[in-house]
Amino acid sequence: MTDRPNSSVNWLNDARIRGVIFQILLVLSLIASAWWIVDNTLTNLADSGKTLGFRFLDETAGFQIGQTLGTWLFSYEAGKSTYLDIYFIGIVNTFLVAALGIFLATILGFLMGIMRLSQNLILRGFATVYVELLRNVPLLLQLFFWYFAVLRSLPGRRDAFEIVPGFAGMNITGLYLPAPQPQDGFIYTVIALVLAIIITFVMSGWARKRQETTGQTFPVFWTSVGLLIGLPLITLFATGNPLDWSLPEFKDTGPKLRQGYQSGAGMVMIPEMIAVLLALSLYTAAFIAEIVRAGILAVNKGQTEASYAVGLRPGITLRLVIIPQALRVIVPPLTSQYLNLTKNSSLAVAIAYPELVSIFAGTALNQVGKEIEMIFMMMSVYLTFSILTAAFMNWFNARVKLVER
Amino acid sequence: MKKLTFAIAGVAAVAFAASANAATLDDVKAKGFVQCGVSQGLPGFSNADDSGNWAGIDVDMCRAVAAAIFGDGNAVKFTPLSAKQRFTALASGEVDILSRNTTWTMTRDTQLGLNFAGVNYYDGQGMMVPVDLGVSSATELDGANICTNTGTTTELNITDYFREKGMSFNLVAFEKADEVVAAYDAGRCDVYTTDRSGLAAQRTKLTNPDAHVVLPEIISKEPLGPVVRQGDDQWFNIVRWTLNALINAEEMGITADNAAARLGGTTNPAIKRLLGGEGSFGEELGLSNDWALNAIQAVGNYGESYEANVGPNTPLKLDRGVNQLWSKGGILYAAPIR
Amino acid sequence: MSKKVTMDNKLAFVRTEDAPILPPPASEAGITGWLYQNIFASMSDFSSAGASIRSVLMGLFSFGLLYVGITQLWGLLDFAIFSAVWSDPDGLKREACWTVEQGGQLPAGWHAACWPFIAAKLKFLTYGAYPADELWRVNLAGFVGLVGLVYVLIEGLPARRHVGILMLTIYPLMAFILLTGGNLDVDYGNVGLYVLISLGLITMARMGAAGRFGSSFQDLSGIFSVAGWLLIVYAVILSVVGVDTSLEPVDTRDWGGLLITLVVAITGIVASLPLGILLALGRRSNMPVTRLICTIFIEFWRGVPLITVLFMASVMLPLFLPEGVNFDNLLRALIGVMLFSAAYMAEVVRGGLQAIDKGQYEGADAVGLSYWQSMRLIILPQALTHVIPGIVNTFIGLFKDTTLVSIVGIFDLLGGVQSTLADAAWSTPVQGLTGYLFVSVIFFIFCFGMSRYSIYMERKLSRGRSH
Repeated sequence: MTDRPNSSVNWLNDARIRGVIFQILLVLSLIASAWWIVDNTLTNLADSGKTLGFRFLDETAGFQIGQTLGTWLFSYEAGKSTYLDIYFIGIVNTFLVAALGIFLATILGFLMGIMRLSQNLILRGFATVYVELLRNVPLLLQLFFWYFAVLRSLPGRRDAFEIVPGFAGMNITGLYLPAPQPQDGFIYTVIALVLAIIITFVMSGWARKRQETTGQTFPVFWTSVGLLIGLPLITLFATGNPLDWSLPEFKDTGPKLRQGYQSGAGMVMIPEMIAVLLALSLYTAAFIAEIVRAGILAVNKGQTEASYAVGLRPGITLRLVIIPQALRVIVPPLTSQYLNLTKNSSLAVAIAYPELVSIFAGTALNQVGKEIEMIFMMMSVYLTFSILTAAFMNWFNARVKLVER
Repeated sequence: MKKLTFAIAGVAAVAFAASANAATLDDVKAKGFVQCGVSQGLPGFSNADDSGNWAGIDVDMCRAVAAAIFGDGNAVKFTPLSAKQRFTALASGEVDILSRNTTWTMTRDTQLGLNFAGVNYYDGQGMMVPVDLGVSSATELDGANICTNTGTTTELNITDYFREKGMSFNLVAFEKADEVVAAYDAGRCDVYTTDRSGLAAQRTKLTNPDAHVVLPEIISKEPLGPVVRQGDDQWFNIVRWTLNALINAEEMGITADNAAARLGGTTNPAIKRLLGGEGSFGEELGLSNDWALNAIQAVGNYGESYEANVGPNTPLKLDRGVNQLWSKGGILYAAPIR
Repeated sequence: MSKKVTMDNKLAFVRTEDAPILPPPASEAGITGWLYQNIFASMSDFSSAGASIRSVLMGLFSFGLLYVGITQLWGLLDFAIFSAVWSDPDGLKREACWTVEQGGQLPAGWHAACWPFIAAKLKFLTYGAYPADELWRVNLAGFVGLVGLVYVLIEGLPARRHVGILMLTIYPLMAFILLTGGNLDVDYGNVGLYVLISLGLITMARMGAAGRFGSSFQDLSGIFSVAGWLLIVYAVILSVVGVDTSLEPVDTRDWGGLLITLVVAITGIVASLPLGILLALGRRSNMPVTRLICTIFIEFWRGVPLITVLFMASVMLPLFLPEGVNFDNLLRALIGVMLFSAAYMAEVVRGGLQAIDKGQYEGADAVGLSYWQSMRLIILPQALTHVIPGIVNTFIGLFKDTTLVSIVGIFDLLGGVQSTLADAAWSTPVQGLTGYLFVSVIFFIFCFGMSRYSIYMERKLSRGRSH
């Protein structure tokens, strides 16, 4: 007991009340500074005769954009399409390189990660040199390097390096591939594919349940592959093959300017995109390799030995014992690498790949000068993606969490 | 945590504050130099050498203003700006003049809060192609791959031109001019388009400049000039009349070397007014009366600056063309000092 | 079965001397053994058809990779060293690196580095346009920084801790004055006022702590004392940067090259550490609003690419400030970099805080330490030691990311190289690759060195933990 004259505790000494006061002060100061910033911004905008608003999105954009998936999807045409179209084209192109980059980086990263743990000195050495070289040089530099390396090593515009003569080839203007051109009736094939995906899910659930109750296994993987490829293919031919292919066309006659690959025939992957993809996936793969290595090392060796001891074969051991445990360690940093890759795709602005930062916050911003609105719109795309990734991470962590008994 | 930004802003405001209010001249006099926004490196217009000394026709504009104010053409500091940053930098007061091969357009006057003080180079957008392409006119460029850089009016002009002619093309637009040059040099594109002065400047950087030719078509009007903020007429007048003084000086045959002698030895009232021998034109601007004399002595008259930076004897090899005095068949016509 | 053997032990053979020691099998010893174990083990299983195929494929894959690796490395070395042009004795500039096709001396098809170009630009790439007569200031700041850093990193030297504190307090001020020239416009009247106010605050805190103002104030005296000291530090900084050093002022616009890269990276990391710690504490606080605000702040900066942050700093920040206030381009980028890296730093520190055993928090509470006391004396020292490797890794990431400031028009090492590429006097087809290679090598040396240090610290810390 205290012998203070005032034995009732003063309210200022109550941690909760202090916390509330502190938080109120924090919120107030936040509001004050936000108000200060908004007020300044409005004053500054008014001074330079600008206004806030999103009406510019309906204006037509009078400049050309390089051919990409985005311009094809939104059938971009200078003078007809709006700035809103440009926004979506930017988003599509950003996520196109991000998705392809993630795919390539994962494959390469896992390969390199496993190679770094190999007994084989050649593989181990190669992977080590790879990881150390690529991890320690800034991505922007690598991007420049790949771009100019790609440009240098490709044949000129009037020549071609034919990968599959008549079907695929490349030169300095890009990689030319056949373009699918769905006709009427192709929708059935799409429906078949969706159906196949649903069946696969149902089947794997059933197979897991059956294995848990009876112990019998079912070849889920191969059945799924068969379903996913076979069902759409059968439908495609049953409906009379409503899918045409537009083949790349190479000319070496006629006026010099029109020689080379013809635009409008086939599908082109521009060299800027190839360079961005190369740089992003090679760079990120070096980080993924380290994550994979750490993940595999984190699984106790006793797990492998115990698995062998109960008679599981090496393949099954890897699949059912090592990987599930390693994934628990690998997936969280892996997702953040995926996120980094997506964010890093913004560096493509440096080499003219028309992604979000380049065409929307770059070219379009220069035309309409709506810095605040456009940077806000651009940031919200990346933020949305980050939040979705974070949500996935939470879900995944909850799923693979070690259930302690 | 915004509190912290707030606090940092406070500290920085104390440490780095530079006023951007109405009286730009007072601020400039107080800090002792003119802050001039220039390009990130465009030979002939604004380009820094190995030791960071800036030179070019746009740089001379800033030096002339500095000389008009301080009597010293070196009382100027340069801020290299990208196309994207330039207007914000001017509006925020980071630079006092923007002299960065900037095209005078109506939008920029009315919507961006800028004032163009005049034109120091009449340009137009052109196209450069490799000689071995065998093209002699832009009308033959249907289906071409075209390289350019973003953040300018170039993309719009080229798109308009091709649409009007009903031709197709592919645009590859880079952030920086150097990347465009590198990509064009590597053969990524058939055509490089930008202002014709820019083409002349960038051509010097190609591996083999002689293997490339600039096509005769001029597809746009690009009056390039110095820009100031709206709302400070005194400053606007200083920049505008410094430019006029340089052009008038050429017309009167006043050069950097003979300016002082001409002031002493002339009875021509126009020359006396220009060089401060008569009237108080400088004081009306808030400067001293020998303002124009100082400016001319610092950078020479317009013609001298042109010849030294972009003329036929420089790597750019640009003829005067329309940038000749009106009396010699060009369109340079400066208002009189009177 | 063993029973049977023991029953018939008369028939058993009993060895009476040691078996002769056989040499190890060829696959285990000597060069062949080493080769077998390290290279051929995975490709010499021919026991079955499947295994044979696997072995052959493995062999092809390995030696294919070996071939690719060696040719690429050789190509790099050839470009950078063996075929490169190293000197330009006649001052030919770009003609020194021209092939016959372009009218130069080198054989047709030559393609390698043109180092005289870098040599000519070396000063620009290191210091930017920093005035030549003042370079000693940069060199001095760099030298002191390097010596201090090395001193702090080498173990066993006396007073490392104090040197470290000096490096974090006095050194930044010194470097600031040396690099900029100091002599800022400081109103010493205000500084005097700050000192008086802070002295008042500290006195009140002292008296409050002694119980002169009643018990309720006793607990709050800490806040007064902190505020007083912060104000004093602010006043000291102000008065130091305001001193007329008679050094020529050098505008940050004249800085460039490696100088900018190092300034951005080091300022970014040093400034983001305290901010990151505060954010991490806020995110783990049990005050819901504080937690929410810190979480949003962290996730916002972590969710957007640095390049957009830099765009924001360079294009939007001027709009956010009242008319008449504006920052240096470099300072704007620094603010962007600092906020960005603070968010990442906060997550690293949070990892350290989470790794601290709950008992430590409870123990601190039990001995009656206040929140800040327990953080300062118990939790943070442990948490920060834990995450040193994480901090170094964040720094490596930040160091590489500094190249992005070149996109917003600051001439860092990469931006400097790019601007020198505009020099027609050196224009050759290999100019770009030479420049980029040079920058890559510099970055590689820095980053590789730091990552080694991080690994070393990790080993050392885990050793410390495991005994």
